[in-house]
Amino acid sequence: MAYHRFDAVIVGAGGAGLMAAIQLAGKANIAVVSKLYPPRSHTGAAQGGISAALGNTEEDHWQWHMFDTVKGGDYLVDQDAAAVLSREAIDAVLELEHMGLPFNRTPEGRIDQRRFGGHTRNYGEGPVRRACFAADRTGHMIIQTLYQQGIKHNVNFFDEHHMLDILFTEDGQCCGVVTLEIKTGEIHTIHAKAVLIASGGFGRVFKITSNAMAGTGDGVALPYRRGVPLMDMEFYQFHPTGIYKLGILLSEAARGEGGILRNGNGEAFAERYAPTLKDLAPRDMVSRFIYQEVKEGRGVEGKDYVHLDLTHLSPEVIDAKLPDITDFARTYLGVEPKTELVPIQPTAHYAMGGLPTDVEGRVIRDPQSTVIPGFYSAGEAACVSVHGANRLGTNSLVDLVVFGRRAGRHMLQFISEATLPPLPRDPEFTARGELANLLERTNGENVADIRREMQAVMMDKVSVVRESQGLREARESISQLRQAYRHVAIDDHGTQFNTDLLEAHELGCMLDCAEAIVEGALAREESRGAHYRDDFQKRDDANWLAHTLIYKSSGGLRMEKKPVTITEFEPKERKY
Amino acid sequence: MEVTLRIKRYNPDSDVKPHFEEYAVNVEPTDRVLDALNEIKWHHDGTLTYRRSCAHGVCGSDAMRINGRNRLACKILMRELGKKITLEPLIGFKVIKDLVVDMDQFFASYKSVKPYLIAEDAPSAGERLQSPEDRERYDDTTKCILCAACTTACPITWTSEEFVGPAAIVNAHRFIFDSRDQGTADRLRILNTRSGVWRCRTIFNCTDACPRGIEVTRAIEQVKRALLYEQI
Ligand SMILES: Cc1cc2nc3c(=O)[nH]c(=O)nc-3n(C[C@H](O)[C@H](O)[C@H](O)COP(=O)(O)OP(=O)(O)OC[C@H]3O[C@@H](n4cnc5c(N)ncnc54)[C@H](O)[C@@H]3O)c2cc1C
Ligand code: FES
Repeated sequence: MAYHRFDAVIVGAGGAGLMAAIQLAGKANIAVVSKLYPPRSHTGAAQGGISAALGNTEEDHWQWHMFDTVKGGDYLVDQDAAAVLSREAIDAVLELEHMGLPFNRTPEGRIDQRRFGGHTRNYGEGPVRRACFAADRTGHMIIQTLYQQGIKHNVNFFDEHHMLDILFTEDGQCCGVVTLEIKTGEIHTIHAKAVLIASGGFGRVFKITSNAMAGTGDGVALPYRRGVPLMDMEFYQFHPTGIYKLGILLSEAARGEGGILRNGNGEAFAERYAPTLKDLAPRDMVSRFIYQEVKEGRGVEGKDYVHLDLTHLSPEVIDAKLPDITDFARTYLGVEPKTELVPIQPTAHYAMGGLPTDVEGRVIRDPQSTVIPGFYSAGEAACVSVHGANRLGTNSLVDLVVFGRRAGRHMLQFISEATLPPLPRDPEFTARGELANLLERTNGENVADIRREMQAVMMDKVSVVRESQGLREARESISQLRQAYRHVAIDDHGTQFNTDLLEAHELGCMLDCAEAIVEGALAREESRGAHYRDDFQKRDDANWLAHTLIYKSSGGLRMEKKPVTITEFEPKERKY
Repeated sequence: MEVTLRIKRYNPDSDVKPHFEEYAVNVEPTDRVLDALNEIKWHHDGTLTYRRSCAHGVCGSDAMRINGRNRLACKILMRELGKKITLEPLIGFKVIKDLVVDMDQFFASYKSVKPYLIAEDAPSAGERLQSPEDRERYDDTTKCILCAACTTACPITWTSEEFVGPAAIVNAHRFIFDSRDQGTADRLRILNTRSGVWRCRTIFNCTDACPRGIEVTRAIEQVKRALLYEQI
């Protein structure tokens, strides 16, 4: 057993965690815990860009960005938060440049910008160039730049430490985390005045996903088990263009640069559904367009995929602006995008829901937004909510830097005033018990089988289009899988670098996320953003212009509604 | 198709030295090596240990020796490899378990070249300007994902612990040739030593190994030239 004491501990070293860490480094005694080496975090996989109304290549205003964010999120966005996001995006992107981020440049030497889905000029008139980018490896540059800054500021990294539990005092203050040092198998208690969860998303709940294998929702599930609610879990985004069968993402930047989706007949179908923005309509819509085409028999060769056509783009544009994603098509499909069509299908991509927070990154516990002292969250694990029912492309990276920074700054203030809360008795009790269970059982269910079954069910019944019957079946299946999970047995009973054990632990977290997603999807009897119910095809503002909070307790699951903050833009029908 | 994977195994809890184990698995020609590893781990032997995350060649987790060459297991497909495939951990670093090596030394070397922008003058309002041409000069070396494939492909690093290795030089290059950076003198001093660029014998293994297609040897040469002729 190892015990550490810090002012603050940050779990997750992706864009959100690192941005927060940089605010605190040198000013407070902090630790950054990550199950991966920081530069391996999934932020590094982000491709297309990070939006900010810099107006470098054409007129733009943060209020337009805010409007697009609200409308893109199908009016479930908290508008006070969207204002913060859009306004502070400008300064945050400039800060990244000052830290050294190598953005693509305009001929004048300014940060270059390009078009992205749902981002418009003058409140919806037409596409605008708002996404700042570094080729199609913007996330790679962000994670590298922030890690470099972490090194520069001597951040105390706990690399390859896996969080197993989060700790609260009896009166509900957050007071630390329990981790497993992967290399040695040793358990650590990290005792702190404040904890920030920045552990990313949980796309691995679904079969076809763009998410890394580490995207298992640990940081979302562990506080949930300890009574913290999750918000808007039913809203999970499917990105229209994943590589067929593999789910590897081909960024929306491909369409931002002029790429077109074509069905099996070669028809550019998006304009039939969204006459103004066409292929650049928001993701939830384009994914449904594809679903509809396939359903009506216009998939390629009658199968469940369509084509992304880049063949009309100049080869120079492809090489300069889309080098990585075209390389993915060559490597994994053997397709040359300069001359051939690329098979794509919607892929599970982004969790709009997660730990509910206010605009300072403080996690809240109820519809009245009561803050849980010492507990913060930012990034994909959190739900501020700036993405509402559907996130716009490029807005996650903005979210990471804007709210990662705000959370970091607020924590600094908090820890300067707070005293260290006591640890609960036997803080490692739950974590140790769980590991012991997994390590001692020699005969039982197989982790991979349960995981595969969960992923198949979620893909089949809880993805782009949902309806009551399927959701009920999914609820039943997940419940059975949870039963089976209680009897899993693993092969590796060793202590050092036991990834068999970690995969089992992660599966438990994913099952919690899956259960919450299904429950939210069943409850929400309307269609809004990424949540589309075939049996309730219309948005229902009278009953459902509200966030959901889901709670887990020994008595089962409980749901509450939380009002949406509307400041400027009254809900309207979403047309593009 | 059925293939045989020969995997070098080492379990620190029970083994004194590494040994090979063979696994016959059914794979698609378009499967990644990582898919085959997963198949073994999930359905044959859960103790098999390797790092992985993104599964498409961008996070740098799963560099290993595949049929004798450093590759990312997620970026090389079965059809490129034949029916018998040998997998070993990277050479030069201590093996922790199976295909997992200790990266401490790698990251220490990386950190030693000050891999961060050094620019103390506060920029005025807005961004620091940089022309597309100036941006292009260090574009190649910004692509590094710190997977260690290059460094552990270099015979010099196998024998000399002090050598910072290609990856660290690549990351120094990324800043030395960035027009916004002011730390060049410092970094060149660090690299102008016996453990720095002069250890490089231009063997080109690093360039062959880089999964990101970075011209590593060329970057090292550019740093050498910067030292010799004092021109950036
Ligand atoms: C392929 C792809 C492309 C994308 N492109 C874009 C884009 O162009 N623009 C955009 O805005 N968004 C994009 N996104 C979305 C965006 O990249 C992610 O939402 C965002 O990077 C998440 O960042 P994060 O900091 O919240 O978490 P991550 O970067 O996912 O980091 C999570 C961190 O938590 C750690 N962690 C997790 N669990 C544990 C645990 N149990 N113990 C310890 N540590 C743990 C991990 O090690 C990691 O360091 C893309 C996403 C994908 C998948
Ligand atoms: S798993 Fe990320 S590079 Fe291979």
